Amino acid sequence: MERCRLVFCGSGGQGIVTAAIILAEAAAIHDGLEAVQSQSYGAAARGGVTRSDIIISDSEINFPKVVQPNILVCLTQESFTQFYSILRPGGLMLLDSDLVEPGMRVEARQYKLPMQRTVQQEIGTNVVLNLCMLGALLCLRPVVTKESVLEVVKKRFSERFLQMNEKALELGWSLAQESAPSSGDQRGSAPRPTH
Amino acid sequence: MTNKTNNKIAFVQGNEVCAEAALYAGAGFYAGYPITPSSEIMEHMARRMPAMGRRFLQMEDEIASLAAIIGASLTGHKVMTATSGPGFSLMQETLGFAIMAEIPCVIVNVQRGGPSTGLPTQAAQGDVYQARWGTHGDHAVIALTASNNQDLFEMTVEAFNMAETYRTPVIVLIDEVIGHLREKLQMPDPDELEVVKRLRTAVPHGVDYHPYLPREDGRLPMSDFGDKHRYNVTGLYHNMWGFPTTDPGVIDGLIHHLIDKIENNLHQITRYKEYYLSDADCVLISYGCSARSALHIVKNRRQRGMKLGLLELQTLWPFPAGLVREKCSGAQHIVVVEMNMGQVVHEVKRAVDHPERVYLANRVDGEFITPTNIKNVLRVIMGRGV
Repeated sequence: MERCRLVFCGSGGQGIVTAAIILAEAAAIHDGLEAVQSQSYGAAARGGVTRSDIIISDSEINFPKVVQPNILVCLTQESFTQFYSILRPGGLMLLDSDLVEPGMRVEARQYKLPMQRTVQQEIGTNVVLNLCMLGALLCLRPVVTKESVLEVVKKRFSERFLQMNEKALELGWSLAQESAPSSGDQRGSAPRPTH
Repeated sequence: MTNKTNNKIAFVQGNEVCAEAALYAGAGFYAGYPITPSSEIMEHMARRMPAMGRRFLQMEDEIASLAAIIGASLTGHKVMTATSGPGFSLMQETLGFAIMAEIPCVIVNVQRGGPSTGLPTQAAQGDVYQARWGTHGDHAVIALTASNNQDLFEMTVEAFNMAETYRTPVIVLIDEVIGHLREKLQMPDPDELEVVKRLRTAVPHGVDYHPYLPREDGRLPMSDFGDKHRYNVTGLYHNMWGFPTTDPGVIDGLIHHLIDKIENNLHQITRYKEYYLSDADCVLISYGCSARSALHIVKNRRQRGMKLGLLELQTLWPFPAGLVREKCSGAQHIVVVEMNMGQVVHEVKRAVDHPERVYLANRVDGEFITPTNIKNVLRVIMGRGV
């Protein structure tokens, strides 16, 4: 497989790091791949920009950080502004359509999905936004199998929260299935200045 | 892969690996004070130790933490504490006491940016010399490090083994990147790695026990404090009963014993890994997190025909000068990769035949040194610009 480099970013408390751990653990433990996960964070427990790097590969991973991701997920405007430019041209960008307004053309397959709004409406809480994001991502780019992610979710969450997390994962998957990349997609078109 | 093996693969952080390895090695007592980026070690111990019937204590600060594990070690337990730079600074006086009183203990320093409170959440490797010379007076010290989960597990177990074998504090010197990086760990079977047991005296109750009288092989059997024998423990120069002395002969004997027991066993204490060194005309020397970036660039440049090799040091102190000299003997360029303003690079310069061939590739802005950072230094050295 081609080495997959992902960056998830957002605000502390959105579950960015948890989602990254779930994805990397699914790859490493259940899909028999190599995976590393790390995060950068400030002094705040909530708020502020949080970023988590994941690399998934079928060979040994030495340098564990991501310099130029081929998948970038942004769940806040602030994190988008800080990190949109590191995405590899032609990479995949997943945004929450209510939380991020790109406002500029980015050379990427850009998916804007109302993930937070959907989990709020369907489940009644936005604490599972991270699992919804993961579901959408896996539908768009199956870096690991959904079954492996579900295995990890089962292991990591108590019975009480398991069902809502599983539901959020499925909601994200469905959202992505119905979507098409938005105007950010420039593959095949002439390159033009982005910023 | 069988299911049985699969169950033993965990996806965990370096800090958790360090804690699990301590439990594997038989740590019966942990005292600590939480500090980023080492706190997960303490959190893991707080969860695990009481459930295993072992003791966990949160202390009021790092001074008390090291003091507490020294006391517990004397009573017969294997002990550990973990901290980061600011806490390690506070521990220096007590570290000296443990060296002088010959107390087996393991101190983990998950390095962050310094000096002072510095950069709590970011990586650095600036405490290498502090580990060596942070406490005052002549002394020898053992410091180990690792660059991935599997090695970190083994090095932490080794730290406990060396602490028992040489009756000395052993420092596990990792960094924020390794402490917080999650990757696979294949949990070793219970008997897979050697675990050195506490050497206890055979002297029975009621017979004079000399706590500081080395055996022929230099080792000192211990007696659990408060159990069979009464004896004195002090940071002052002491005789074989542990009582203070100013006798020049005894003082001379003790300082030589404290240093020789470690320096004379350099060969047994040295741990390292090597990659592509046999034909390398450029040798990178690195350790801890930096060794991951160094290995990345070595593999990458090898594909392009460059004869690049890596010597990864896992024992930093006592410094394996002979090994470094031997491995670098055929090198045209020697590049030390570390995240500080130059610490191990000085030791390498002192060790090799041609110190003028030694260069430093470093990064000190809190960001993890990248393969590109190293590549740029290599290009400059070889006269090719960046």
